[in-house]
Amino acid sequence: MAGEPAQMKDEGFSITVNGKTVRVAEGTHVAAAVMMANEPSRYSVGGEARAPFCGMGICMECRATVDGVPQMRTCQLVCSPGMEVVAG
Amino acid sequence: MTASFDVVVVGAGPGGMAAATTASEAGKQVCLLDDNAGPGGQVWRGFRTKTAGKSAHGRVFLDWTERLQQTDCEVWTGWQAIDRPAAGVLRLERNGEGRDIGFGRLILATGARERFLPFPGWTLPGVMGAGGLQAMVKAGLDPRDKRVVVAGSGPLLLAAASSLTDAGARIAGIYEQARFAQLAGFGLTLLAQPGKLAEGARYRLKTLRAAYRLNSWVVRAEGQGRVECVTLTDGRKEWTHACDWLACGFHLVPNLELPRLLGCRVAGGYVAVDACQQSSVPGVACVGELTGIGGLDKALVEGQIAGWAAAGRESEARTLWAHRQRLQRFSQRMDRTFAPREELRMLASGETHICRCEDVTHAELKGRASWREAKLHTRCGMGACQGRVCGTAAEFLFGWEISGGRPPIFPARVSTVAASAETAVPMGG
Repeated sequence: MAGEPAQMKDEGFSITVNGKTVRVAEGTHVAAAVMMANEPSRYSVGGEARAPFCGMGICMECRATVDGVPQMRTCQLVCSPGMEVVAG
Repeated sequence: MTASFDVVVVGAGPGGMAAATTASEAGKQVCLLDDNAGPGGQVWRGFRTKTAGKSAHGRVFLDWTERLQQTDCEVWTGWQAIDRPAAGVLRLERNGEGRDIGFGRLILATGARERFLPFPGWTLPGVMGAGGLQAMVKAGLDPRDKRVVVAGSGPLLLAAASSLTDAGARIAGIYEQARFAQLAGFGLTLLAQPGKLAEGARYRLKTLRAAYRLNSWVVRAEGQGRVECVTLTDGRKEWTHACDWLACGFHLVPNLELPRLLGCRVAGGYVAVDACQQSSVPGVACVGELTGIGGLDKALVEGQIAGWAAAGRESEARTLWAHRQRLQRFSQRMDRTFAPREELRMLASGETHICRCEDVTHAELKGRASWREAKLHTRCGMGACQGRVCGTAAEFLFGWEISGGRPPIFPARVSTVAASAETAVPMGG
């Protein structure tokens, strides 16, 4: 059975969030990396920067474009090396 | 491609794990679904089988995990239930891929979310749910030396403050909107719940360095581009904390979208169920937070009752009724204790966005006759969250009754929604 996210190890890897490089531990969810980069996850219809809010897949504030796929709910998505996250 | 099972359980938190394990042990073919990367739900999020045994709480997780693994229950993770295209069939989606699953009996354990109430600045980056920030820390966010204000209502504030402290955050204060008299009453019921009392005390002790103040709530959050400070009040005076994050949620509300889609009767904010956890829809049971916010113990007991019932073993289910009744009373007591106070209706200004998805302001909503009218005229609740945040807020702010949503109950790819249900081969029941 799976269910072992956030496996904290010393070795990690990098992803980019809005072009900024963030080093993350294996198992880190993308929304957590977005927060560590201090970057928005999306811009609202009125142009406000928004960042992860509910943390559990409900509010959709964390949805971003991940490796070219738009509208990904990043709080439920685990980082993989070299991932590119762009605010939607 | 379709698979069919005697019993499908939606939601792999404690309630769903207990239901799936029990039905499976009783000989049923079971599939346990969850939209997260692994089982455990919110309460066991981030628990790892290697380290969980260190705490009593973690050992409960380990016990259920081991029991589940010993069954032949299939566990499908990352799958979101979005629709019921035909009787006895659920449509699922994962990363844009659609799939139908047939079921004889369905057990819903979709859990709860935080109740979010709007105040000026609540859309600023850095303002999060209390459980939300805790979840992000469990998901790898490093909170070391970050200043956090925890506010809102409910036991989750102490739980969140405790795990944030453990992870190295500096808690500037914990602010509970409930009044002392309410909390004192709650304390008395805690005495009848030794497990919970110990849990509460442990949280409290760990966070002693931070102030835990009752009768106080957030007025506004401010900052350039992200939250920089939070102003609170006790109704008489105001004070301000500089902070990096505000973790703010007002107790919990059940995730009713799937039971509502299936037609389950909802009464008093929860799914109405009988003694065997069966909803008004034949073959559909609901357990855990869906029937009353009661946390881990209630979810485990109700999951087992529904699991036994799904296997036709009511006599075993019956042995758990007395235990469930005690936990239900506790749940009702919590709802009364942590009900949001009247003053919280006044926090939002005219410009405050109530609908975060569509940027609909309080001024645009005020004066509308109903949730339906608000949706039609302002797009409130029509965005990606489908009213999960703003509907709950509007219910409290304007007294509107929030009606059931339409499929898909989560944003899904067009191809998944349009996929034919003809391929589905439901099992009887």
